[in-house]
Amino acid sequence: MNWRLIKDKLVERSFSLLLFSSLIVIALILTGLIVKSVPLIQAEHLGKILTESVWSPLKGSFGFLPFIMGTIWVTLISLIIAVPLCVLASVYLVEYAGDALRSMVLPLVNVLAAIPPVLYGVWGVLFVVPLLGQFVGPLFGVETTGYTVFAGGVVLAVMIFPIMISIMVEVLQTIPQELKNASLSLGATKWETVTKVILIKAKPGLLAAVVLGISRAFGETVAVLMVCGNIPQIPKSFFDAGYPLPALIANNFGEMMSIPLYDSALMFAALLLFVIIFGFNLLSRIILNKLEAKAS
Amino acid sequence: MHASTSIQTAETQDLINLSTPHIQIKDLNVTIEGKRILKDINLSIPNNSITSIIGPSGCGKTTLLKTLNRLVDDTKGVEITGSVLVNGEDIYAKDAEVTHIRKKMGLLSQKPFPLPMSIFDNIAYGPRIHGERNKEVLKQIVERQLRNVGLWEEVKDRLESSASRLSIGQQQRLCLARGLAVQPEIILGDESTSALDPISTQTIENLLVELKKDYTIVLVTHILRQARRVSDHIIFVYAGEVVEFGRTEDVLLNPQNEITKQYVKGFIS
Amino acid sequence: MSNVKKRLFKEKVAKVCMQLAGITITGSLFFIVGTILYKGAPYLTWEMISETPKGGFYIGKDGGILNAILGSLYLATVSTALATAIGVPISIYLNVYVKAGSFLERFSKLLFDVLFGIPSIVYGAIAFSLMVWMGIRASLLGGIITITLLTIPIVVRTIDELLKTVPVDLKNITFSLGATRWETAKMFLRYIKPGIFTAILLAFGRAIGDVAGVLLTTGFSDNLPKYIDEPSATLPLAIFFQLSSPIPEVQGRAYASALILTFIILIIVICTHLLASRQQKHKI
Repeated sequence: MNWRLIKDKLVERSFSLLLFSSLIVIALILTGLIVKSVPLIQAEHLGKILTESVWSPLKGSFGFLPFIMGTIWVTLISLIIAVPLCVLASVYLVEYAGDALRSMVLPLVNVLAAIPPVLYGVWGVLFVVPLLGQFVGPLFGVETTGYTVFAGGVVLAVMIFPIMISIMVEVLQTIPQELKNASLSLGATKWETVTKVILIKAKPGLLAAVVLGISRAFGETVAVLMVCGNIPQIPKSFFDAGYPLPALIANNFGEMMSIPLYDSALMFAALLLFVIIFGFNLLSRIILNKLEAKAS
Repeated sequence: MHASTSIQTAETQDLINLSTPHIQIKDLNVTIEGKRILKDINLSIPNNSITSIIGPSGCGKTTLLKTLNRLVDDTKGVEITGSVLVNGEDIYAKDAEVTHIRKKMGLLSQKPFPLPMSIFDNIAYGPRIHGERNKEVLKQIVERQLRNVGLWEEVKDRLESSASRLSIGQQQRLCLARGLAVQPEIILGDESTSALDPISTQTIENLLVELKKDYTIVLVTHILRQARRVSDHIIFVYAGEVVEFGRTEDVLLNPQNEITKQYVKGFIS
Repeated sequence: MSNVKKRLFKEKVAKVCMQLAGITITGSLFFIVGTILYKGAPYLTWEMISETPKGGFYIGKDGGILNAILGSLYLATVSTALATAIGVPISIYLNVYVKAGSFLERFSKLLFDVLFGIPSIVYGAIAFSLMVWMGIRASLLGGIITITLLTIPIVVRTIDELLKTVPVDLKNITFSLGATRWETAKMFLRYIKPGIFTAILLAFGRAIGDVAGVLLTTGFSDNLPKYIDEPSATLPLAIFFQLSSPIPEVQGRAYASALILTFIILIIVICTHLLASRQQKHKI
């Protein structure tokens, strides 16, 4: 028997074992999450948990609405800030900037991606929170400590710049030059070509980038936790404190064991996060894959 | 082997002298990233006729075409000296406004590139950009141009559907209609039938011959037979220089220059 | 011709907006690093990186965060090594052995893609429950397991992307020379070697900076990490805890700790860039 073939078979067996073990582990994890959440769902109605706004575990009331709303507020604010900035910057990098500028800026953006979230949190506490509390708040006539969903949104926005820009730039680079020429040769200005032709053609890819940005923003725990105030209330304005879902899990795991159903509640929160982010990631990957297939 | 003088036949010279040429190229030199692509081009393109630019691959014919509507501006590392006069105005003058110039030229590129919108919006794109908002006027423009290119009957019931659903031959006609909608004076074609099947090719060629009554047409082609079929004049470009320029029959059947002779050798009409 | 003037004006305005956007984004990087540098430098002393917290460290007395620095380095190194040892084979199996386009391939790749996006807090919560159920207390081992799980999808996906850059012809030539799949895989690995180092470095950077994963599973300790089944300090948590102190001295030390972490990350990023430029040299 050929030794090479034996080696090959050996490798095949062992590697496939790794793959299938990891698949099994993932399945076990998901099952575990679900199993742990079941007690809570059995005790209270699923619909009630998701729409109830009182969070008072000691009294046995587990309303998740403030956290869901907190997460939504923070994510929305970050998107409002980040999406226009990223689209504008990506268009500039691909259509207007010279090669030198492009090769300098893109690596810088990647460095942003490497910075650990806790450092963003530190920056948020050092800069964003005081800025909001001392300048922006009073500007709008609001009294605030600065620990707000707005702060959370700003910090998140900076955190999702890198992933959105890198995908948007890639997408914009696939637009064929002849399409742009077709518009230009009709007498359109470059900007008109961008808004009426390029962005329209790139819309699916840009959307996928945004969806990925959303899923990143949803799951970010630490940076937001440090600046958003951690008060379980439904935010009514930008300057209210909030309490996003990940922060809930992070802050309370210590008390989990002492209060009945608390651990199940936190596992449910984790399950909720898992499902939402799973869904978003799936969606954007499908869109991106479809685009990749069309391009080649 | 260098061709240092370009040869213009007497007939062509007469034609040019008759009216102010639409397009005059004077001392045009184009360098891309240090490499000289076009050298000392001096030409006048005759009005209301079809002029084909022929030559081997890489000789600069597409670059020459692109200098006419300044699409060459976007090429990396490009340097242009000389002037191109359209109706007497130099389009490379310092204060020349590019979108205005491009409006005068319609470009038909090699592969049809419909814009990502409906058939109607494709044709209305140009007029809308240049300020036309009136819905009725736009409808008329769309219908007129679609009739011009013979597409009206085929698409009149689905003007709102996406242009990418058309066949490739239909798409190229759409692009022609789109270009005509901005009322150019000059039509530029960059190997505009090489992606099409023989029947669509014939349709486009017939259209161009029809259109030369009202437009000056400059085509780049590498198919000598096509040049013979449709053009009135031929410019032969070799290594970035104009080697020969004259009436189609003269250049193709009785070339004066050695290089031209070599290139068209074996071409039997 | 005011229509043309209006359109050109629109373009000029748009250009300015775009440049502002670009400046804001790139500027934020410098801003963040700069703020931490400014606030942390005054508190960065030799003690900080060479000593463990002495009594009363968190209320302003002497000591340093050596426990956290070592804890993080140890944790990140072991996790990254494990994740690489598991992730690279999985990626090779998926790309060289499994039939391209088969259900298994598409399903697994999609799964790992999605796992890549799951936040570390979820991993942490799961690991925590697991540990409670198994009776393991918060320790370095818990942290290692969590971070490894977290890092595996990162490695798998990055190697996936790298393998995509291998020219199809190379694969065909190798097979037609009679090579086995494993020999082909070895050749791919050689082709993407610099990329693999980059991937490992990036995974390391992620592992060392992660808070949510270690928060629930590694615990905290003022001692240097010695045994794997004991709780250990980590840099991000050290920053976190010091920051929540009301004493300015301690807060300042939090910024200094953040600065240390920043340095480590910057070193990783620079190494990544150096490696990436070397990969370009040998590309076909």
